[in-house]
Amino acid sequence: MTPKRKQKMFVILGLVSLTAIAVGLTLYALRSNINLFFSPVQIAQGNAPIERTIRAGGMVKEGSVSRDPDSLNVEFKVTDYVDDLDVYYSGILPDLFREGQGVVVVGQLQADGRLRADEVLARHDENYMPPEVAQALEEAGYKPADFQAKAAEVGKRLEAKGVPQASDY
Amino acid sequence: MFTEMIPEVGHFALVIALLMAAVQAIMPLAGAATRRPLWMAYGRPMAAGQFLFLLIAYGCLTASYMLDDFSVANVANNSNTMLPWYYKLSAVWGNHEGSVLLWSLMLAGWGFVASIFSRQLPRDMVARVMGVLGAVSVGFLLFVLVTSNPFDRLLPNMPQDGADLNPLLQDFGLVVHPPMLYMGYVGFSVVFAFAIAALLGGRLDAAWTRWARPWTNIAWAFLTVGIALGSWWAYYELGWGGWWFWDPVENASLLPWLTGTALIHSLAVTEKRGSFKSWTVLLAIATFSLSLMGTFLVRSGVLTSVHAFANDPARGFFILMLLAITVTLSLLVFALRAPRVSHKVGFNWLSRDALLLINNILLVIMTVTVLLGTLYPLILDSLGLGKISVGPPYFNALFVPLMAVTSIFMGLGPVARWKRMAAKELYTKLWLAGVVALVLGALIPVFYGPEWNVWVALGMLMALWIVLPILRDIWDKTRNARSFGAGLKKLSLTYWGMVLGHLGVAFTIVGVAVVSHYNIERNVRMGPGDSVEVAGYHFTMTELSSRRGPNFLADTAEIEVQRGENGRQFTMQPEKRLYLATGMPMTQVALRAGFFRDLYVAMGEDLGDGSWAMRIQHKPLVRWLWLGGLLMAAGGLLAVADKRYRRTRVRQQKYASENTGASSSNRASKEALA
Repeated sequence: MTPKRKQKMFVILGLVSLTAIAVGLTLYALRSNINLFFSPVQIAQGNAPIERTIRAGGMVKEGSVSRDPDSLNVEFKVTDYVDDLDVYYSGILPDLFREGQGVVVVGQLQADGRLRADEVLARHDENYMPPEVAQALEEAGYKPADFQAKAAEVGKRLEAKGVPQASDY
Repeated sequence: MFTEMIPEVGHFALVIALLMAAVQAIMPLAGAATRRPLWMAYGRPMAAGQFLFLLIAYGCLTASYMLDDFSVANVANNSNTMLPWYYKLSAVWGNHEGSVLLWSLMLAGWGFVASIFSRQLPRDMVARVMGVLGAVSVGFLLFVLVTSNPFDRLLPNMPQDGADLNPLLQDFGLVVHPPMLYMGYVGFSVVFAFAIAALLGGRLDAAWTRWARPWTNIAWAFLTVGIALGSWWAYYELGWGGWWFWDPVENASLLPWLTGTALIHSLAVTEKRGSFKSWTVLLAIATFSLSLMGTFLVRSGVLTSVHAFANDPARGFFILMLLAITVTLSLLVFALRAPRVSHKVGFNWLSRDALLLINNILLVIMTVTVLLGTLYPLILDSLGLGKISVGPPYFNALFVPLMAVTSIFMGLGPVARWKRMAAKELYTKLWLAGVVALVLGALIPVFYGPEWNVWVALGMLMALWIVLPILRDIWDKTRNARSFGAGLKKLSLTYWGMVLGHLGVAFTIVGVAVVSHYNIERNVRMGPGDSVEVAGYHFTMTELSSRRGPNFLADTAEIEVQRGENGRQFTMQPEKRLYLATGMPMTQVALRAGFFRDLYVAMGEDLGDGSWAMRIQHKPLVRWLWLGGLLMAAGGLLAVADKRYRRTRVRQQKYASENTGASSSNRASKEALA
């Protein structure tokens, strides 16, 4: 082999081995760090793994939020208007967290069926329901008519009394 | 009367700009292909005209905002009579339509500036650069006019008042962050145009790299500042104290930055040694394509975040098509023309050439891993394989080790010689730096911070290993001069640019390592009179009050802070605001910034019984992270000011008038080698 060819071969070998290492590491990292999304109905059906980080989403159930008076512990129910999921969390809830609003929690499902949340993300959605949740419900065999009307009704009712207005102050 | 016409004037100006861009795309390229100087000459005036008319269009939109013209849908959706005037000004780009208009304006601006500063370039080269920039402009202006017209009216039912700007965006950080980021994204289009022009003309020589390098550096510096500002904004505005979330939108700006960094280094090799030519061109294409992809991710609504303003599949589809056309066409040009410009230059495996090659490979691997993590959920979702999210652990698990490896080579690169270097020489130069870095890296966390931490030690080691060899190199270079000062003066500005850039990386690494591991966060329940101690500071809430701002109501907490028992006392005033028009709550963080630590106090939520959940954080060295970014950008700009780029300009003008061909180009190449 001429020196030039040799050099070229080293370049190619180096590139190939580096790529292989990179791909291997990446796939490994991806596999252990993917968080799957579940809705309350899927969790109730027992589809979600226990003690693994998952994301769950739905609406914060009306009147379900209860704060511990001495600490920052809080419990609430996440609902898709078919099934409920009990969530407990310690810390500060996001600004947009409100009853009847969409929420995504990241955490681990416990053996008792409750979810210990590490992170709570609130999201505002005009359809009163996050699209993932609606899709999960449809996959579980429910028709949009089964939950959409209920969701809109609760959403509107909360909105009517919900957001504080300038006149309140 | 005239004020009512402003949006129409803007709309027409936009249409004229599109037509001019079309002429700019077609005529010069056709002229260069058929060698017609008259056709080629269309480029410059069209670039100027396009810029002028886009300026008019942009001015008209701004005027509509300032005059509260709520008959314009864009204004009605994003502004409000109560909004202070400076936020009206920035609200123009705080939404999809306006920001794409700003994108186009900047593109035209870069094109205009490129047309001014390219007077010394060969005519056909200028024509091709202008043509490519014109073509990119056509794509974006079509996008604005077809899918996102900012001048759409709401007639005859115009609202009484606007819906207000998203409160998160009512802030100084947002006033400056997007323009900086866009300047970076768009700036790479000039580099891209240069690369395509070089491929088309078959001219990829040292002169070409000298034209392309300043543009690359400036665009990269803007992008760096833009990313740093975005991180800083997220830090104080989102109220969590996080500074990087590996959010897809952040990744979208990091991707072109990574390839842009690779491009800067690869251009250095191409200029000095004439190798890596095809690779450099490929990087230029990739960087611009990734900028476009970033725009696609942010603008298409496939992502849900603060940045995704609107969900409109038509827009996403349009940008995706634009991206596909750009990538296909430029790769086609590359495939057809690249062999012509390739040029083999050998080098030894222990040389700066090789080290820079490794740097490039590492940066590309980082790009690919980030790209994969960003796109994987989108791909799975679009294939109907489930909704997943890829969290920060994935990115950290890959990015940190890759960065560690990169920093090893960052220590070697600056002291290595071009072409070949004896291993022994490298060893004599570096062994001391290595030992000192190891010892200090392990010792610093012992004396600094609450407990010894292996990651902080590793961060310190990496930073020292980047900085110490450079110091040694400066010492070596100045040793033989008359005095130390005289020696320093002899070093070129490009060299100082490299020093600053690498120093910036070291600063950022230290900041990231320390703040990630020595950060102290306490979430507490506090009412007036309550007190809590965090990291040696006493925080006491003295008062809770309410106040009214221009367009919001606020609950304000007064926090007395004292360091230790007898330290200095000061007050911090975090707020929780409620914006009236949108009804959106917002956390206004109280910050006590410092070079060595930040104190961070945010109000969480009202717990009902007169007390609040408060988030109190002590963040050591967090400023170093952004300081590093600014240093990197300063380094990039400093290198542009190097004599080398100015001298070619002056010299070539002289040659153009004297017309002395062969001998002068000889001298030029000798100087370039020196």
